[in-house]
Amino acid sequence: MSAASDETGKKLGMWLFLYTEIILFGGLFVLYAVYFHKYTDDFILAGKELNKYFGIINTIILLVSSFAVAASISAVQKNEKKTAVSALSFSLLCGLVFLINKYFEWSHKIDLGIYPNSEKLIDLPAGQNMFFGLYYIVTGLHGIHIIIGMTLLMVSLVLVQKEKINHSKFTLLENSGLYWHLVDLIWIFVFPLFYLVI
Amino acid sequence: MEITKSFFETPSPSKYKGILSWLITYDHKRIAIMYMVAILFWFLLAVILGGLLRFELMFPGKTIFDAYVYNSVFTLHGVIMIFLFIIPALPGIFGNFLLPIQIGADDVFFPRLNLLSFYLYMLGSVTAITSLFSDGFPDTGWTFYVPFSISTNTNVSTAVMAAFILGIASMLTGLNFITTIHRMRKKEMGWMQMPLFTWTLYATSWVQLLATPVVSITLLLVVIERVFSVGLFDPSKGGDPILYQHLFWMYSHPAVYIMILPGMGVISEIIPVFSRKSIFGYKAIVGSSMAIAIAGSLVWAHHMYTSGMSDTAVFVFSLLTFVVAIPSAIKVFSWVATMYKGSIQMAPPLFFALCFIYLFSVGGLTGLVLGAAGPNIHVHDTHFVVAHFHFTMFGGTGFAFFAALHFWWPKMFGRMYEFKKAYVAAVLITMGFMLHYVPMFVLGLQGLPRRYFDYLPKYAEGNFWAGFGALFMISGIFLMVINLLLSFKKERNAPSNPWGGTTLEWSTPSPPPLHNFIKEPVILDYPYDFSGVIEKHSKASKGE
Amino acid sequence: MQNNNQPHIMKYKTQALILLCLILLTGVTVGVSFIDLGAFNIWIALFIASVKGSLVLMFFMHLKYESKVLIFSFLGTIFFLFILISFIFWDVAFR
Repeated sequence: MSAASDETGKKLGMWLFLYTEIILFGGLFVLYAVYFHKYTDDFILAGKELNKYFGIINTIILLVSSFAVAASISAVQKNEKKTAVSALSFSLLCGLVFLINKYFEWSHKIDLGIYPNSEKLIDLPAGQNMFFGLYYIVTGLHGIHIIIGMTLLMVSLVLVQKEKINHSKFTLLENSGLYWHLVDLIWIFVFPLFYLVI
Repeated sequence: MEITKSFFETPSPSKYKGILSWLITYDHKRIAIMYMVAILFWFLLAVILGGLLRFELMFPGKTIFDAYVYNSVFTLHGVIMIFLFIIPALPGIFGNFLLPIQIGADDVFFPRLNLLSFYLYMLGSVTAITSLFSDGFPDTGWTFYVPFSISTNTNVSTAVMAAFILGIASMLTGLNFITTIHRMRKKEMGWMQMPLFTWTLYATSWVQLLATPVVSITLLLVVIERVFSVGLFDPSKGGDPILYQHLFWMYSHPAVYIMILPGMGVISEIIPVFSRKSIFGYKAIVGSSMAIAIAGSLVWAHHMYTSGMSDTAVFVFSLLTFVVAIPSAIKVFSWVATMYKGSIQMAPPLFFALCFIYLFSVGGLTGLVLGAAGPNIHVHDTHFVVAHFHFTMFGGTGFAFFAALHFWWPKMFGRMYEFKKAYVAAVLITMGFMLHYVPMFVLGLQGLPRRYFDYLPKYAEGNFWAGFGALFMISGIFLMVINLLLSFKKERNAPSNPWGGTTLEWSTPSPPPLHNFIKEPVILDYPYDFSGVIEKHSKASKGE
Repeated sequence: MQNNNQPHIMKYKTQALILLCLILLTGVTVGVSFIDLGAFNIWIALFIASVKGSLVLMFFMHLKYESKVLIFSFLGTIFFLFILISFIFWDVAFR
């Protein structure tokens, strides 16, 4: 079996890579679990500081973008190039909006004096400091992954446009899609843990 | 007889010549050899550093450097040995060279990713070098425990980023091997027809893939703490420093299985060949390899009994540690049972393999002393631990590495080394090893802590003899390497099967051609079926 | 043999339906967060997140139609993560 034409093998490789990303974020979830257990009340208080609506909007944005990416794959399989291009462009737009939202969220918090090692954070109860520390690290790392995902989608978009990705050869798009869905998947857990703490 | 062109003469991709044909190669065999050159360099450097450390410790007080330099030297020794030698060596060199051949494939599944892994290894090693300068190499020990790793002024961030980069190389290699084994085996080779070295690489690859990301995020957090002072591990800000240790060991314990599993695979290949007898308990060895990989992820906190974690955790992790010893022991029984009533032929690979079995068993048994919570209180962070992990990592993986070098050297380079010098080297190394590390068990039980620059007068004698042993050991190591290198003076005329092995690498020329095989490899129903080898041998002796 | 294409093409309708479910579940989890159920809140939130995640995995990421190797290795990864998080509580919950 020649590796060059083994699409299932390429997909397997991509999934294996995704597992490393899951565990990478997993380490941060370990810390969250421990500190949530230790500082439950502080986490609830701190969570209220985060804007629920920003969180909800960003969640919906990512869910819709995942749909768009999945649709683009179906479109390529059905030889509907225009639909594929539109869907991918739309998902890229969603990613961009997500990042812009994140920028506003962060700047707002920083303006309030809530950022790592700020005087205000040090004065707050310990558990709240832990919450915001984890918030910045998790959403920061997630944001980096959004950028990576968008890069992959952009490359896929160009290749679909050039028809290098087509109905008989679309593993690159599929794998980029898998990466994007993973980024969405991580956010599905980040959202309730940080924005809906009760 | 037509001499096949070996991979040394045939670059891939074919358009490159000279050094470029090595630097930009998709050929797993060339990548393996590049790893070998780099890894041997780092190994010998770290051996010398170790020698300097033990020389310093031979006499009380300052001998050749002061305490600050000492701290950086033992950190450097540990970082190089662990991240640049023990973890990458067997998969990177022998895994890369042999895995595709053992399963009848012409390369790994992702050849270019393989090259990337190598360059990430090189990038990681260069990054580690840069942290030697300006503020100096970290003095934290290779474990980078907080709070010291966050507060110390040495180049922790750079060193830790080096380990991060090396981790990516490790993960990508694991990914490549798993995909290769799943997708590129010859049709006739089912899972239970795979060689045991391949099986251990498979188990190892899963651990590399899944455990490494934990240390990646942990190291990233150290850098984030140093730069942004978030306070995740800082008690004054609500953090818990013990959580660092948990995260660190969640990788680093499975990492020791990354280190030993391929080594055990090497021994499982060597013993049957030199006993002319199929391996005893093939299925048990397969099962125990996978069991070690899985169970090894359940015991990490046995490094932390004295850290301040709960008594419940101490109890649970101690219990699980005893459980994980069982699959390791199964292998030792299988190897010994293989040799029983076999037709033993002594050769350097077997000699090293036998030393491995003894040294690793001692290491493993002393692990039980450490794994039991009670005795652990007395020996934690003493020289007892140092001796334990050198017996397992050096006496174990190190010797398996030496055995692998001697076993596959003729295959990789087409030349045989001199046996006599190899035996002398092996004896020097082993005897030196015993004189070097056994005193450390005693010193540890007597209470000498690890990583200490100086000690009370009562520890002087043990340290002196240990240093003496180091001299023999290091001489033996250099003799061994020189002997192997001297083989290049000879002509490249080693036979394809000098040892009488049955796995597929022995059915192809030494060294192999670019695409690994000149004729279609024949997959045996059972990978260690020596009937063919024995028949050929007896025909040959009758015919003469 | 080689598996060049997915065995089937997901219909846009199915994908839209999944998206609808995901949005509805998002609504549910937000709604529940306004009700104080004490310790249960986090578990309910995690449960709903897991359902949403499973939908993304099974349909958008096609895991429902993939080989045993992928399904088992994915479950194995999650199991490993589960061990890491739960075993650390042997320490943290009993201090």
